[in-house]
Amino acid sequence: MGKLYKFLKYSFITIWTVFVVAPFLWALTTSFKDFNSVNGGATYIPWVDFEPKLEGWKVLIKSPANGGVDIIEPYFNSLFVTCTASLISIVLGTLSAYALSRFTFKAGFVKNNDITFFFISQRIMPPIVLSIPFFLFLGAIDLLDSLIGLIVVYIVLLMPIAVWIMVDFFNKVPREIDETALIDGCNPYQAFFKVVLPNSVPGLIVAGMFCIIFGWIDFFFAFILTFTEVQLLPVKIVALNSSITPWWSLSASALVSVAPLIIVAFIVERYLSKGNLSGAIK
Amino acid sequence: MNLIAENLLYKPDEQFHLNEVSFNFKKGNIYTILGRTLSGKTTLLKTIAGLLTPDKGAIQFEDKDFLKVPVWERNVAMVYQQFINYPHLNVFDNVAFPLKQRKVDNYEINDVVSKSLKSVGLEGYESRKIQELSGGQQQRVSLARSLVKNAKILLLDEPLVNLDYKLREQLREEFKNIFSQGLSEESIVIFSTTDPREAMELNGEVTVLDEGKVLQVGEAKEIFENPKTLKVAEISNDPPMNILKANIGENKIKFEGIDIDIPQHLSKLTDKNFNLGIRASDIELSDNGFEFEVELAEISGSETLLHLKRGDAKIITSIEEVMNFNIHDKVKINFNTNKFYAFNESGILASSPFGGSYV
Repeated sequence: MGKLYKFLKYSFITIWTVFVVAPFLWALTTSFKDFNSVNGGATYIPWVDFEPKLEGWKVLIKSPANGGVDIIEPYFNSLFVTCTASLISIVLGTLSAYALSRFTFKAGFVKNNDITFFFISQRIMPPIVLSIPFFLFLGAIDLLDSLIGLIVVYIVLLMPIAVWIMVDFFNKVPREIDETALIDGCNPYQAFFKVVLPNSVPGLIVAGMFCIIFGWIDFFFAFILTFTEVQLLPVKIVALNSSITPWWSLSASALVSVAPLIIVAFIVERYLSKGNLSGAIK
Repeated sequence: MNLIAENLLYKPDEQFHLNEVSFNFKKGNIYTILGRTLSGKTTLLKTIAGLLTPDKGAIQFEDKDFLKVPVWERNVAMVYQQFINYPHLNVFDNVAFPLKQRKVDNYEINDVVSKSLKSVGLEGYESRKIQELSGGQQQRVSLARSLVKNAKILLLDEPLVNLDYKLREQLREEFKNIFSQGLSEESIVIFSTTDPREAMELNGEVTVLDEGKVLQVGEAKEIFENPKTLKVAEISNDPPMNILKANIGENKIKFEGIDIDIPQHLSKLTDKNFNLGIRASDIELSDNGFEFEVELAEISGSETLLHLKRGDAKIITSIEEVMNFNIHDKVKINFNTNKFYAFNESGILASSPFGGSYV
């Protein structure tokens, strides 16, 4: 029984790993191919199956004038928009979440839980519902096709995630810790910054990770709300498609775009394995 | 200069958490709040600390309206029953926190914190993380933190209740030592507990609280000897005092077919029907006693608690040795009639072995 279970477990893990890793392997080899190698059927071993070429990668950094696609600018646009929007969402979201967790609000039948749900409901709605209002709104304040406009929209998308995660986190931090800080001479702001916040680092990291992921991978709003001035990475990658699909540069750009998320994942994994995430609050 | 509360009332929902609570606590003394779980003890302490604002009533301290002073300026210290510390700080920084908050200089902080950690027996633990400590040690850290502040009001909310038996005994002793040495003439210690033994041992003035209401205030000994009401008698004894419906006739106390000669101190009882109170420790096994049926026998430490039944009368007796009984066994017991209490039908103490009466 034990052996069979172990066998099944590891078989499943192996199959799943192949399932997850194979596309990356495919993208990695394809990015070093040229037109002929791609059309020659699926091959994986460089120098044996096909002659590796750097063309797919070079195209990414060449300027359009020289026949390249230049993803460097969209890349930094994406980084800037994602990081700024995530940071602002975390700051605002954490403050809102603390208020929702610790104080009682009441406006008619609207109470704390309703406000929390209001935030989450922003994510339940299909994004397409928001697209026209956002378009008109950004048009009215002259922020269409601009980085700032995108940041504003992304804050709307990311803050609910931060609020949701942090409300849950703060609800698990015993209220008595805040009270002890007050008794020990902190005013409410000092209690929050000196005691509650340092004990919420794990929650902040998780919330930050989710914000970065959801901000980074968004295609829809980046596609609808920008035209020529500003382009974000996902839009640029999709735009690579022309009459002939350039599989090599498409693969290379896909790998480049996944890289930041892999780094985030490694950092969080490190943090998780140290046990800091679970054991911080008893 | 005292801590004076007048008619504190707090009713956040259907139930009273505090119901017309008044007290006058003097500096340099220990006060015990004795009450069951949910009797309003924590609410009362939080109100004194300023974490809760009562719906009505006033608190005065050093001739100031205390309710207008925010928590962080009240200079109180509080130890919770759940070992509350700052998880992100080590032991030293936990204890030093209130001093750093007051901007005391580092040299003095080192000195005071070391002394305080020494007094709770945590020398050498300065750089440990809170999570690495046992429950008892965590509670000592919060005690040390509350002591360094030299607060004028020290609130201890059932500080021993979540500890195991042995640690509780040990820490209780230490509390007594710390209070007897370190307590300045300037401070008031308020200690809440559910355990009557703790209240007796601390030997200060006891306030018995139930459903947010003060039932009786007095020296520990007085509460023990002359509980004002049935409720107080139940709360201030562990196991609770046995209460039996009894009546008097032909110079006998009668209940459930048992006739007992009226002891001297109950001879002046005027009511025919009354509630007879007798402590578990004043009942003993005896071959020529009255027959009761065993409902449950629990062994706790070195004594056995016997839950007995005879007709409608249910009593608990404690025997000072470990004995085995089966359910439905018949045992014979005798009452120490000199320790009988009598409460009238509305539950007020009519006569006690120590001469008290509130009728």
